[in-house]
Amino acid sequence: MFKQLFAITIMNLQTLPQRLGASSVIVIGITGVVAVLVSVLAMAAGFHHTLADSGRADRAIILRGGSDAEINSGLTREDVDVISSAPGIAKGADGKPLISNEIVTVANVPKLDTGTDANVTLRGVGLKLVEVRPELKIVAGRMFRPAVRELIAGAGAVKQFRGLSAGSVLHMRNADWLVTGVFTSDGDIHESELLADVDTVGSSIERDVYSSAIVLLESPAAFPAFKDALMTDPRLKVDVEREPEYFAAQSKDLTHTLNIIGNSVAIIMAIGAMFGALNSMYSAVAARSVEIATLRAIGFGGLPVMLSVMIESLVLALLGGILGGALAWLFFNGHSVSTLGAAFAQVVFQLTVTRTLIVTGIVWACLIGVLGGFFPALRAARLPVAEALRAS
Amino acid sequence: MKYFPLIWATLWRKKTRTIFTLLSIVIAFLLFGALETVDYAFAHPNTGTSGANLLITINKYSITLSLPFSDEQQIRSVPGVTAVTWFTWFGGYYQEPKNFVFVLPIDIDSYFSLHQGDFVYDETQFQTFRNTRDGALVNAQLMKKHGWKIGDRVGMHSTIWTQKNGSLDWNFLIVGTYDVSDPTQRNQQASTFLFHYEYFDEGRSFGKGNVGWYQERVADASQSAAVSARIDALFANSSYETKTQPAKDFALAFIKQLGDIGFILHAILGAVFFTLLFLTGNTMMQSVRERIPELAVLKTLGFTDGDVLGLVLAEALLLCGLGALLGLAASYGALPIIRLGLQGVELSPLALLPGFGVAILLALIVGLPPALRAKRLNIVDALAGKH
Repeated sequence: MFKQLFAITIMNLQTLPQRLGASSVIVIGITGVVAVLVSVLAMAAGFHHTLADSGRADRAIILRGGSDAEINSGLTREDVDVISSAPGIAKGADGKPLISNEIVTVANVPKLDTGTDANVTLRGVGLKLVEVRPELKIVAGRMFRPAVRELIAGAGAVKQFRGLSAGSVLHMRNADWLVTGVFTSDGDIHESELLADVDTVGSSIERDVYSSAIVLLESPAAFPAFKDALMTDPRLKVDVEREPEYFAAQSKDLTHTLNIIGNSVAIIMAIGAMFGALNSMYSAVAARSVEIATLRAIGFGGLPVMLSVMIESLVLALLGGILGGALAWLFFNGHSVSTLGAAFAQVVFQLTVTRTLIVTGIVWACLIGVLGGFFPALRAARLPVAEALRAS
Repeated sequence: MKYFPLIWATLWRKKTRTIFTLLSIVIAFLLFGALETVDYAFAHPNTGTSGANLLITINKYSITLSLPFSDEQQIRSVPGVTAVTWFTWFGGYYQEPKNFVFVLPIDIDSYFSLHQGDFVYDETQFQTFRNTRDGALVNAQLMKKHGWKIGDRVGMHSTIWTQKNGSLDWNFLIVGTYDVSDPTQRNQQASTFLFHYEYFDEGRSFGKGNVGWYQERVADASQSAAVSARIDALFANSSYETKTQPAKDFALAFIKQLGDIGFILHAILGAVFFTLLFLTGNTMMQSVRERIPELAVLKTLGFTDGDVLGLVLAEALLLCGLGALLGLAASYGALPIIRLGLQGVELSPLALLPGFGVAILLALIVGLPPALRAKRLNIVDALAGKH
């Protein structure tokens, strides 16, 4: 039987070039489905990746209790003092706890592509910034100095917004701020932000409460005891989370929405492509009815004939799947886009076409191919031999 | 029109093929309808008939930053402004973060006089609302969603505002319901929960005397730009600079910040129609190729080259038009489902109309090559099978 199957399949595939028009309908239809599916899911993956890669397990974020996000939160100076004396916080070179008290606000910066104003996070950070966030690296210019209106811009923000390169001047709130440098931080969410000294930011927006406090712990294992100490302290009413958990929660909604959109659009498109595949395979079977009948007449079984039709459909679908995945990767992988994040400020992220997404796309393609090939294959196997031969 | 039976018959010459092709077209237009209505809604934020002369004043830097309450007096005195009211973002939810509720502290008298005629409510309930310090007037759809009744006490969690006792959970007494007068605008306020601004300002532990944003009504919508400029000039170079713009522009600017939604939707549709072009084009080509002897017979009977061209084109038009009609009808039927996913967005069936233009274009592109082939057909060669 396998010998028969092999012989028919090879014969079918060899005649493919003669049926280029009909066959290409399957390939092109499935290419479209997979390209759209992979591109939209790549957006979700990229956004999730940017937020999920933000933070370390040994770093914790402290917000006012029940506030969900930094933009809603408020911590007083006294709160921060209490937090910095909690157990488990790593100590810096000077023996002081590694804590960065931060203020999160926004600056209006025009987007590069449209020229319209967008809200970019301006984050005031404590003096221990470099020790609390060791992944932060200045790639152009220099670090900002405290007490003067200077800031550094994230590499992601520089790519999406106008006038953020080192040496440019940003006008906000009746004052000029000098962009002294550009930084990277392992592609995390902070690369969408502008960083400056917390007290300078606080005085410029007349705000005396902090948004959050970030602490570097001695080790990831120190977290439970640290959290416990803050939660049971009667002077505080705060939420304490490991950074990765905090950021994962922030990305959940948009990732979820994009996944739903990607999958539902792709399902509808896949149904359309399946009808296309059905059409093409039916006409392929019809065009070869004499061939098939001849094969059956000289002793080939129904099953090999049926399988050979399905294999042909599968091969074409596979081709479409690979092509679709490749197109998505070629055009969109690494493509930088930005959207409004949880804090009413822009989050810059890159579309990421992962290996898993490509595999997902190809699995979809094969499914469409199998479904689209099944009924025509059944017809081929059931072809009445005598009638088909007479028709010629 | 007298050829309709002929065209109809040729269309169904190969039933399975036509059905599958038709279904692909239906699916493509279903997607077209769904994505276009979403795009249309984002590109034309619907602020209602009364929305044309509404302005919004926010902190120049972000809606998340506040403005002083004292601005209200100054804005009221700006020529062209007929009413002013103010709000603060409460960041509310009911029981769990996924139950978002647009809890909105309002100054009842100025809010309802600015929105005169925009809402329907029971006058007795409204008076009770005015006289109940912790009273809430709740949108009818929201009441139904959570199964609340008038007289219920409900707690709303704020992610921002702590009360003096340190709690983020605010208690309200539901005293009445309201809805938007214009039925096409109802989705926009489907999760709104109104309560007293005074109760809010007295209750919160910080931020007292600040407001989130102002809303103004102008006498003449054509003066919006001038009035906006006058308001912003009042606060220029203060530590609370403002940005005033028509409500519609405000919504558009917000949507623009979400990203280039239109581009994404159109890219998807581009891919859909590109593949559809091949699929339908192939069907039309095949169908004409199979009918060459028949077409030659038609020509022998006296049909002109133009007639034959017209017949094939009409067949393509019928196929695409039928598919588009069914697909767009299906997407119209799916509007309520899309609405569920996009709270607060009004979807307009108007966005479906360009679909018919697209159907004609599609029919011309896929119909023209086989139609031209049919037109050029030489009777003798075609009948002899040499084509």
